[in-house]
Amino acid sequence: MLTAFMSYLGSEVSPGVAGNQLWALIYVLIIFAGVSVAVICMNWLERKALAHFQVRLGPMRVGPHGLLQPIADALKLMLKEDIIPAQADQFVFWVAPLIGLLAAFTVYTVIPFGPSQAVSDMNIGILFMLGVSSLGVLGIVVAGWASNSHYPLIGALRSSAQMVSYEVAMGLAVISAILMTSLNTSGTGTLSMIGIVQAQQQQGIWFLFKFFPLGLIAFAIFAIAMVAEVNRTPFDLAEAESELTAGFHTEYSGLRWSLFMLAEYAAMIAVSSIAVTLWVGGWMRPFPNLLHAPAWDFIFSMFPGLTFGGLAAIAFIGTVRMPSHSFFRIQRIGLAVFAALLGFLALFLLFVAVVGHFASAGVALPVALPPKAADFLRAIARFSDGIDYVYWFVLKVAVFMYLFIWYRATWPRYRFDQLMKVGWKVLLPISLGVLILTAAVGVIVS
Amino acid sequence: MSAPINERSNLDLETPEKPYLDSNELIINMGPQHPATHGVLRVILKLDGEKVLGTECVIGYLHRGVEKIAENRTYTMFNPYVDRMDYVAAVSNGLGYCEAVEKLLNTEAPPRAKYIRVILTELNRIASHQLWLGTHALDIGAMTPLFYTFRDREEILKIFEKYCGARLTTHAFRIGGCQYETYAGFEKDVKNFLTFFAPKIDEYEALLTGNRIWLERTKNVGVISGADAIALGVTGPVLRASGVKWDLRKAQPYAAYSEFDFEIPTGENGDTFDRYMVRMIEMRQSMRIIEQAVNGIPEGPIMGKVPKVIKPPVGEIYHSIEAPKGELGYFIVSDGSTQPYRVRVRPPSFVNLQALDVMVRGMLVADVVAVIGTLDIVLGEVDR
Repeated sequence: MLTAFMSYLGSEVSPGVAGNQLWALIYVLIIFAGVSVAVICMNWLERKALAHFQVRLGPMRVGPHGLLQPIADALKLMLKEDIIPAQADQFVFWVAPLIGLLAAFTVYTVIPFGPSQAVSDMNIGILFMLGVSSLGVLGIVVAGWASNSHYPLIGALRSSAQMVSYEVAMGLAVISAILMTSLNTSGTGTLSMIGIVQAQQQQGIWFLFKFFPLGLIAFAIFAIAMVAEVNRTPFDLAEAESELTAGFHTEYSGLRWSLFMLAEYAAMIAVSSIAVTLWVGGWMRPFPNLLHAPAWDFIFSMFPGLTFGGLAAIAFIGTVRMPSHSFFRIQRIGLAVFAALLGFLALFLLFVAVVGHFASAGVALPVALPPKAADFLRAIARFSDGIDYVYWFVLKVAVFMYLFIWYRATWPRYRFDQLMKVGWKVLLPISLGVLILTAAVGVIVS
Repeated sequence: MSAPINERSNLDLETPEKPYLDSNELIINMGPQHPATHGVLRVILKLDGEKVLGTECVIGYLHRGVEKIAENRTYTMFNPYVDRMDYVAAVSNGLGYCEAVEKLLNTEAPPRAKYIRVILTELNRIASHQLWLGTHALDIGAMTPLFYTFRDREEILKIFEKYCGARLTTHAFRIGGCQYETYAGFEKDVKNFLTFFAPKIDEYEALLTGNRIWLERTKNVGVISGADAIALGVTGPVLRASGVKWDLRKAQPYAAYSEFDFEIPTGENGDTFDRYMVRMIEMRQSMRIIEQAVNGIPEGPIMGKVPKVIKPPVGEIYHSIEAPKGELGYFIVSDGSTQPYRVRVRPPSFVNLQALDVMVRGMLVADVVAVIGTLDIVLGEVDR
């Protein structure tokens, strides 16, 4: 086991490709924990951002600035009574949230957080991803059916129709991105998620800007369809609060309901990751080819540390600005500790970036290092690179997540038939046209 | 399934027994606990998939017997009760009642009182329309306007609170005039509100008026023709949006409305978007009225010559005013005693709610909530 652990450390490919099951498992656990934490953060951020859009404060009581609110809510939901309606189909009712959750989390097996920072690199990665992510609808449909109640049933019907129609436009938009990969230097296209990002690197352009404006249009279609795919405003018909009370999860409460929410947010992150991978260069930092000198590498590798430093500063300013009333003393201490944690994290990341830079730049040291120490330095350099990749990936995903919140604050909800109209009469023809044009331009160019 | 609710039910709730996996109509109960029925309205929907085949409103969950209470109260004592009918436009309710009793007594409020009444009533109209806009937008799925309108409505409620101590159920007026003189700085507060509020309407409109989704959700939704609206007794912005220029403030001027210069907005198509636009313009027109009233408010007494004990002569009276939601009428029968023999209220929400079935037949479930929102009903007034 130790050899399995150690043998992978120097590897340059993802554990799935290297055939190292131990590390694959470690990656799965890291991703599962990371996504769960991201969902918690997203929950807090959405409530705060939405509140500030709407001239209110949002959660403020549980922890400083409501930082512990998601945890308090999760605890509350876990402690609630587990209700299964008497008329419901008990087993299906029980299994429905798990289907949604599994579908949302399985997608992460092929999402590349970096060239080797993925569980696996499947040669049909994007296909796998589309297939699994559209399984999420099964959870919703099954939940609506098993509840044996009218509102959930209508919600489930809406959801199934919606997903089916938006899947098509989404798939076509994805195909035009895949076509663009076939123009890379080797001349063959790829369905591998890692391959798609590498193709963008080799061609020196994000597919967003490829064949301008074709890439942009395909991206826009994908960006619209992905909102519909995860049932968010303005396409949140399946749970349309003001029409169907809560749509497909009307009859759900407690932990099962929270599983639906977890699945929804995980799916949001997953589709954003697909968008980032396909169009916005995945893990690549801005201008990886143009600004390629080691000095640039060093500057960009400082970004993660600086970001956390900035967050620490914001938290620290929050501590200073908190009212000095004794009522806030515990909150002040809590926020100060949080700021300190962020600050330490920032320092650690900066340290890793600096050491990694010197290790990879091969600066001549006055004394010769023992081989073990040299290995260790190389490992740090690799770790530093990994942090960079994950940082830029997460940053791009975060932009999309913010957009989801922004949409929710701004737009009303589409009606069912209008949604279908947009899907079939607008998005589908445009995406078909873009696909054909992309193919034509690709043939002409190559 | 269950039997029809009553003999006059327009829905056939009997559905024959059918085998498993049939495709019969879905009868669904919307309310009384539902996020978009504005209180405790219960609508029974008969659906074919998402298409509405028919609706039936079940009301009375908020019935408090306001009209019956009137028979056991003196005219003065009943005055606060009317505030509890349309609780988002309490000032209008009070104005209608006070004017009706004054008419019965054959007296009139002094000019200054009339101006104060106009200012407060129009402020209340704006507040009511703000609440309508926020909830209507929320029903259609836009969350944010609700918070904006509530933020701005607060300024109006502050003026009410300063004037008479209450924010919602104000009991601002008395029979014969007003109880309270305006407080020092009242005019300044009102003017400040006008300058504060003018850009806020633009803000609401920026969020909604040109919004594609908002247009799709409201254009050609819940259409009612002018003739249908008149036949159903629909009044207020709903009627005006159908192209009928009928506003009691112009048609039968009461209080001091004949002295002000304002326009009555009308729509053309009678759809939800027209009703939205009519109310938005009405808010601006209300601001015009308030501005004129504040600038021209006369000096003088605020209470007319009304006896301490109100004992109207035997007779009956119907007086109606243009409340934010439509024609609010009071029919009062006096037997010469200190208590009314009978009070009958013609509430605009109750009558307008009748149009729901006409407006949503053949539309989708999502339109039902849009139409309930656009009718601007308050269940306190529907059930009384």
